[in-house]
Amino acid sequence: MSTSSETVETVAAPAATSREDVHGTRLTFRAAVLGRPDAPVLHDVDLDVAPGEILTVVGPSGCGKSTLLRTLAGLLSPLAGAVEQDGSPLTGPSADRALVFQEDALLPWRTLRGNVELPLAIGGVPRAERRSRAESWLGRVGLSAQAGQLPHRVSGGQRQRAQLARALADSPRAVLMDEPFGALDAQTRSGMQDLLVEVLRGSGATVVFVTHDVDEALFLGDRVALLGAGRVASVRDVPRPRDRGALDDPARAALRRAVLSSLGT
Amino acid sequence: MTRRPLARYALRAASLATALGLWQLLTSVDVDLWLRFSQFPTVTDVARAFADRLSGADYWTDLTDSLTRILTGFALAAVLGVATGVLVARSRLAEDLLGPVLEVVRPIPAIALVPVAILLFPSNEQGIVFITCTAAFFPVLVSTRHAVRALTPVWEEAVRTLGGGRLRILGSVVLPGALPGIFGGLSVGIGVSWICVISAEMISGQYGVGYRTWQDYTVVNYPGVFVGMVTIGVLGWVTSTAVELLGRRLTRWLPRTSYVPGGRPRTAVPPLAAPVAVKAERNAENQPEAQHQDHDETEQEARDEHLV
Repeated sequence: MSTSSETVETVAAPAATSREDVHGTRLTFRAAVLGRPDAPVLHDVDLDVAPGEILTVVGPSGCGKSTLLRTLAGLLSPLAGAVEQDGSPLTGPSADRALVFQEDALLPWRTLRGNVELPLAIGGVPRAERRSRAESWLGRVGLSAQAGQLPHRVSGGQRQRAQLARALADSPRAVLMDEPFGALDAQTRSGMQDLLVEVLRGSGATVVFVTHDVDEALFLGDRVALLGAGRVASVRDVPRPRDRGALDDPARAALRRAVLSSLGT
Repeated sequence: MTRRPLARYALRAASLATALGLWQLLTSVDVDLWLRFSQFPTVTDVARAFADRLSGADYWTDLTDSLTRILTGFALAAVLGVATGVLVARSRLAEDLLGPVLEVVRPIPAIALVPVAILLFPSNEQGIVFITCTAAFFPVLVSTRHAVRALTPVWEEAVRTLGGGRLRILGSVVLPGALPGIFGGLSVGIGVSWICVISAEMISGQYGVGYRTWQDYTVVNYPGVFVGMVTIGVLGWVTSTAVELLGRRLTRWLPRTSYVPGGRPRTAVPPLAAPVAVKAERNAENQPEAQHQDHDETEQEARDEHLV
């Protein structure tokens, strides 16, 4: 990606260029207890997500993956301990930390373009620029032809691509993803993973990606965090992340076995 | 294939014509079997009276007076009802402060507020608008409250994590998301408004369709009474159709099923005896057509929109 300063002014690929110099944010849990006020699900969470890192989180359903992510998004407050962004405590949701939901979080009365324009409108981007930036994002996720469609008129995979475009449109410093491809069939899912890697490349955004699919976690993550028994069981470095050819890598295969066995499958 | 719009219009016209024909038959032969139609004006009597009225100035004054009252009252009720409904649904404090008062006032029929209106307002006109507004207020309030509470939380969370504040959530999530429910309340509200505006005019109006109808009754002008009733019926139908159409226009985004009121869509059923292979082949052929059909249905929806 180009770093020359004049490209920042152009509208053709604004996100990619302007995000080059914006660094991702550092997200930190310190001895945090997470959950709803009457039902804590995760205890003693100590986790540090480095700027620009992709951390994947795996664990059996109900183990608190979504709780962890919603806390980072600012939708839930920690019950004890601290959650920090770049060293200062999180106080609530912010455009800095975009959340991608599992499904159907697009506003059904807005077209795909309207949905992608929403964060830009919130961010105060002028109308004409909003439109061109939304179009360019929809183009990047391959939805140029569907820009004027309502969400229920397009397929599940297309809806998730639109959600991805919406989340990334206003160049957030962190992208939090809650099983975004969980409802998609295997083939669409691996296409979406490739697309995600492509749109994140050079963005510098910190990513926390929750999934129940171990292979997805190992493909996308620089590190993978395993949740279990109400705790963060372990955090492991992934060898050769985002490399489809790494499947046969002995180190990767060993990690995969270890993760699977610790998940009890 | 569904019935063509022209055929549906014909059916609707036939329905009205049959009702009128039955009325004419019963009244012209003076049927007197327990139900007594001998004093009843015939359709032609009413039509003649109607024609007389249309040429006079009073009829149009009545009409505009009634319409002004109901539209003012209804517009006020729509604004107040939606605002209060959203407030009560979104704020616990507002619910505690306003809820009890609203629940106590709600069961009182609006028309029973005539004495209150007379005490409160300097003119009859304002009193009638007040009663009309109160009548429509509660259906709008209740349906707005329910619609706002039933919103999918994920929409609001999505907008919050995109950095949206309270106003943004109100404008981009709560109001558009609750709109289908709000229009349910508005449809009920406009109906109740008519009932109350007519009743209020009968009690305390000067001019207005309700006032005229009651005047005709007191001077035993039965065809005149029926002219009033027909007028009320037509006006009510027109206004509720307008509300319905506006609602459909504003909630176009709702995923609609291809359900056709008035009958199942008739699809070509392949003959039972046809060999399976042929059927499969036919299905394959039909596939591109199926997409077309989807498109056609959208058009059909658009075309039939005026058939409420």
